[in-house]
Amino acid sequence: MARAVTPRRKALVTVLAWTIGLALFFPILWTVILSFKTEGDAIASPLTVLTTPFTLESYHVVQDRSNYFLHFWNSVVISLGSTLFALVVAIPAAWAMAFVPGPKTKDLLMWMLSTKMMPAVGVLVPIYLLFRDLGLLDSRIGLVVVLMLMNLPIVVWMLYTYFREIPGEILEAARMDGATLKDELIHVLTPMAVPGIASTLLLNVILAWNEAFWTLQLTTSKAAPLTTFIAGYSSPEGLFYAKLSAASTLAIAPILILGWFSQKQLVRGLTFGAVK
Amino acid sequence: MSTQASRTAARLMISPAVILLLGWMIVPLAMTLWFSMQRYNLLMPGMGGFTGFDNYSYFLTDPAFFDAIKNTLVLVLGVLAITTVGGLLLALLLDQPFWGQGIVRVLVIAPFFVMPTVSALVWKNMFMNPVNGVFAHLAKSIGLQPYDFLAQSPLASIVLIVAWQWLPFATLILLTALQSLDSEQLEAAEMDGAGPISRFFYVMLPHLARAITVVILIQTIFLLSTFAEILVTTNGGPGTASTTLTYLVYVQSLLQFDVGSGAAGGIVAVVLANIVAIFLMRMIGKNLEN
Repeated sequence: MARAVTPRRKALVTVLAWTIGLALFFPILWTVILSFKTEGDAIASPLTVLTTPFTLESYHVVQDRSNYFLHFWNSVVISLGSTLFALVVAIPAAWAMAFVPGPKTKDLLMWMLSTKMMPAVGVLVPIYLLFRDLGLLDSRIGLVVVLMLMNLPIVVWMLYTYFREIPGEILEAARMDGATLKDELIHVLTPMAVPGIASTLLLNVILAWNEAFWTLQLTTSKAAPLTTFIAGYSSPEGLFYAKLSAASTLAIAPILILGWFSQKQLVRGLTFGAVK
Repeated sequence: MSTQASRTAARLMISPAVILLLGWMIVPLAMTLWFSMQRYNLLMPGMGGFTGFDNYSYFLTDPAFFDAIKNTLVLVLGVLAITTVGGLLLALLLDQPFWGQGIVRVLVIAPFFVMPTVSALVWKNMFMNPVNGVFAHLAKSIGLQPYDFLAQSPLASIVLIVAWQWLPFATLILLTALQSLDSEQLEAAEMDGAGPISRFFYVMLPHLARAITVVILIQTIFLLSTFAEILVTTNGGPGTASTTLTYLVYVQSLLQFDVGSGAAGGIVAVVLANIVAIFLMRMIGKNLEN
């Protein structure tokens, strides 16, 4: 039930909320604006920058000089690959835990969660040496495996919280109507599970895309995703604001769009169902 | 109804995930533990052998370790303070009716989706740079001397960058929790004569207690692993002014090639994270009961 609000109060809240919202968004907006400027214009004072002409020059330079789309593609392969592998392993596990819960299910879930609490730096040394010996340093497959294992607990947990909400009675009703196991799976359960699987996929692609510990440690050039590629701008030569902005804009745009769709799932997924 | 057959099937379905996670957790952790008791430097291949707790005493008595612990605490507590208090205020604001709620929500949540290397470099160069940054231009325009944020207050600057990334997370979670508050409860309190301040402290805050705890615990887990923001802004410096525990382990093992001491540091980090994790696990475990 909405409570009565005076128009004056609503106007005041509107001004305040928009001011804070725009202030928090400003660094992103500024990056996008600078990406359309020349290097010389990009370092001018903010009010001057706004009066300079727009150009696509930086986008061309970023692609021509550094093969930007190789790194973009690496990010796609690594984030999507690790998520899909995690789903293949996690869907049966979450399914079994949600529909055939045993006395140990809860302990098992908590144990999986505990693996996520382990700080990455605790296993940095052995993973690095293992990768070096197996020739997996700077390889996409190596990162796919690491990120898959890193996000597996979150994937299992998210799927579990979704699957648990599918009412078991529906299955019994379908069985009473003479549905076979195959009918049950294809016509009853799958349609109910797809939205949960899709949101899990979305959130984990985002997490893997932005992962910046293992990607920075384990890749240098040919398998480098955008996180590593952009870290290279920390010690650049000459003017680089416009190029950095163009590379950054391309790196964050797809995830911002996916992210805005996934707000609800974000809360649920990252709090392991503790806040819904 | 679960039968014996379906139990067996369930076990088969669960085992791949369990085996993979066991392998991911136990094997490397055991190796770290093993390395931490070895004399193992990649630059001195011949000098192996068991050293017991030498690496630990070396790592724990290194002056850099105290700096790292102090910096880790400042980083984690600083970011937590800014994001929980700021997130709570922001959530209370965004929960009010106003024009353009959907759009403002989108603007506020956006920083969370920016990859750490991008946000750190954007802040470092476009905002905090003492010559060309937005802050420097602003300072000059009002006649002040530009401030070199990352050289003069490296840790505080990193806290600011990381807090900008995590404020949306805290806000979003607290807002979600706030919206699940029964409005009748608030109205009842209002009818009983409770003003806005006592409504906040006696109705809203108890309702939010759990969400606030979750925000604090989950952020702590992630903040303990902050790495990219330090690597691309200050490299842990000047000196060790912005070196955290995570960053120190990276420096020891991959830059100075001292695997043994790096591994000892890794184990220290695991122990510290576990202390936080135990509380978090209890909270989430309670939620599984119902």
